[in-house]
Amino acid sequence: MNNLFVYLEIEEGIVADVSLELLTKGRSLASQLGCKLEAVAAGAVAALEKIEGQVFPYGVDVLHLFKDDRLSPYTTLPHTSLMAELFRKEQPQICLMGATIIGRDLGPRLSSLLGSGLTADCTSLEIGDHEDRKAGKNYKNLLYQIRPAFGGNIVAWIINPDCRPQMATVREGVMKKEIFDPYYKGETVEHNVADYVKEEDFVVSIIDRHIEKSKVNIKNSPIIVSGGYGVGSKENFQLLYQLADVLGAEVGASRAAVDAGFAEHERQVGQTGITVRPKVYIACGISGQIQHIAGMQDSSIIISINNDPNAPINSIADYVITGEIENVIPKMIKYYKKNSK
Amino acid sequence: MTFNIIVLAKQVPDTRNVGKDAMKADGTVNRAALPAIFNPEDLNAMEQALGIKDRFPGSKITVLTMGPGRAAEILREGLFRGADDGVLLTDRAFAGADTLATSYALSMAIRKLGKFDIIVSGRQAIDGDTAQVGPQVAEKLGIPQITYAENIEKIENGTITVKRRLENGVEVVECPLPVVVTVNGSARACRPRNAKLLLKYKHAKTITERQAENIDYIDIYSSRPYLNLTEWSVDDVEADKVQCGLSGSPTKVKKIENVVFQAKESRRLSDDDADIEELIKELIDSHTIG
Repeated sequence: MNNLFVYLEIEEGIVADVSLELLTKGRSLASQLGCKLEAVAAGAVAALEKIEGQVFPYGVDVLHLFKDDRLSPYTTLPHTSLMAELFRKEQPQICLMGATIIGRDLGPRLSSLLGSGLTADCTSLEIGDHEDRKAGKNYKNLLYQIRPAFGGNIVAWIINPDCRPQMATVREGVMKKEIFDPYYKGETVEHNVADYVKEEDFVVSIIDRHIEKSKVNIKNSPIIVSGGYGVGSKENFQLLYQLADVLGAEVGASRAAVDAGFAEHERQVGQTGITVRPKVYIACGISGQIQHIAGMQDSSIIISINNDPNAPINSIADYVITGEIENVIPKMIKYYKKNSK
Repeated sequence: MTFNIIVLAKQVPDTRNVGKDAMKADGTVNRAALPAIFNPEDLNAMEQALGIKDRFPGSKITVLTMGPGRAAEILREGLFRGADDGVLLTDRAFAGADTLATSYALSMAIRKLGKFDIIVSGRQAIDGDTAQVGPQVAEKLGIPQITYAENIEKIENGTITVKRRLENGVEVVECPLPVVVTVNGSARACRPRNAKLLLKYKHAKTITERQAENIDYIDIYSSRPYLNLTEWSVDDVEADKVQCGLSGSPTKVKKIENVVFQAKESRRLSDDDADIEELIKELIDSHTIG
C-alpha cells in the first residue's frame, strides 16, 4: 500500500526508454520514502513476454501484468479503467508516467477519474515537506513536481497536499536511466483483465497505424547544432545542416524556431521537446529561454553564436562567439575541413 | 445530417511577451498585465469544427470559453470565422483553477448547453502546456476522447474517423459519437476572419460588456438577438463552488522561482578568422569533435 507506481509504455515488446528512466527516478524516490517501487504493464500477451527481464534490473519490487490482446496498441479507455481500478485497491502515493502521447492521453483522464492532481512535463522531482499556515497543517514527504511554466519564463514547484496518488508526467531524456541491480528480483502479479476492464471500454478502434522509425536522432547524438529564432529563416537553417553534416552532428531547434516553421517539431530541444546531453551543443541564434535551457544545460560543452553579446544563453556557454551566423558558420566549416584529418 | 459542435477555446497570455509583473504574489498568473490571444491550437480546433460545418451545412458551432470578462474577445474571433454562438463562463469563483477544476466547470457548462455531438479543443494551451483539460472534460462527461488529432476524416452513421499524430507515425481511429477531440498544431491552420461575419458580429457583446460600455445603440441587442453573447456564472451552470477555482484544485503552487542559471566562465570570441580557427583546432585537439 502507498507505494510508488510507474506506468510502463511498451511498443513491440520493448519497454520505452522514458519508462526505464522513470523507474530509475522512481527507485531512488521510493528508497527515500521507504516504500516499494511498482510497475504496471498492460498489453497483448506476446508483447508482455519479456517484460520482467527488462524492468527488474531497475529495482522494481512488484510488476503488475495485464495481458489481453485487445490492450495493444494502446487505447485510452481500457488502460484508464485498469489503472483506476488497480489504484483503488493499491492506494499508491505517487504515480509517474512518460510525458509522451500515451502518457499525456492517459494521465489526465486517470487524474480526473480519481480526482487527483496531475502535473505535466516535470523537469525535476523531489521529496519534501510542506506547511500550510492558513490551514495549520503540516505535510511530510510530499512530491515536489518542478516544471518551467508560463512559456518557460518561470519555474513552478507544484504539490498535491491532499489527493493521492500524486501524479506527474516527465518527458523522455529528462531523467537518467541507470541499472539499479542486474540481479534484482521483484514479484510479478498477473491480474485478470476482465475484472478491471469493461466491454464498453473498447469502443474506440484503431483502423490504421503507420509507425516509422524517426530519421532524427537528436537524443543520442554526441554533437548538436541547434538554431533559434535568431537564425532568421528556414533557408538560413541550411547553414546549420551544412555544419552538422561536416561534424557528423544532428540539427536541433528552439521552440521559437519550430513555431516559426524553420525546423520540424521532432527537432525541438527543451522542456516541451527533447532533453539532450551531448558532448558539444552549438547554439546558433538562440536567446536562451528557461524552457530551452532546461533541455540542454547538461551538455558538456556549450558554444553560443549570437549577434547579441548579452543573450541569456551566453551565461551558461563555455564559448561565446559574437557575430552573425551567416558569417561564423561558413568559417567553422572551412577551418574544420582544413584542420581535421 | 447536422451536428452540434462545441469548441473549447482559451484566451491565453502571449507567453512570448512576458514582463516582470506577469505573476501575482500567490503564484497565479496576472492576466491583466499581458497581451491576450486566441490559444493557437484552439484555432486549429476551430478549423476542424468549421470543416464539419462545411460538409454538413446546418451544423451548429458554439464556442465555449472560461475566463475573465475580456475573454469574450475570443468568442467574437470565433464568430468572425464562422461559429454560430459564443458562451463565456466567468465568475470569481473560477479564479485560480487548475486543470481539474477547469474541466469540472467546463463540463457543467457543456451539460447546460445540452445536446452535443462533437467537442473539439486545442491539444494544449501555450500558457500551461499541460494538454490535460480536453481528456479531463471527456472523463467528466463520460465520453471517449481522441487526442493529438490531425484531421477529422469523416463522420458516418454516428461514427467519427480521426487521423491522429503519434511520436513516430500516425494512427487512424474510429469512435462513436459523442466524443472529445483535441487537435494538434500540425493540423491545418484556421481560415481567416470572414469580412461579412466581421461586420455582422462586430457588436456581439456579453451583458457585462454592454453595461460597461454604456452603448447608446442598445436596442440593436433586442432586434438582433445573435449579438447577445451568453455569459454564465457558477450558479448559472449549477456548479458546486467547492469544486471550482482554487478550492477545487488538488494541485497547489508551492512556490515560483525566477531561474538563475549556473553561470560559467565563458570565453569570449569574435567572428574573426583567427578566433574561429583557434576554437576549431582546440576542439579537434581535445577530441571533442572530429
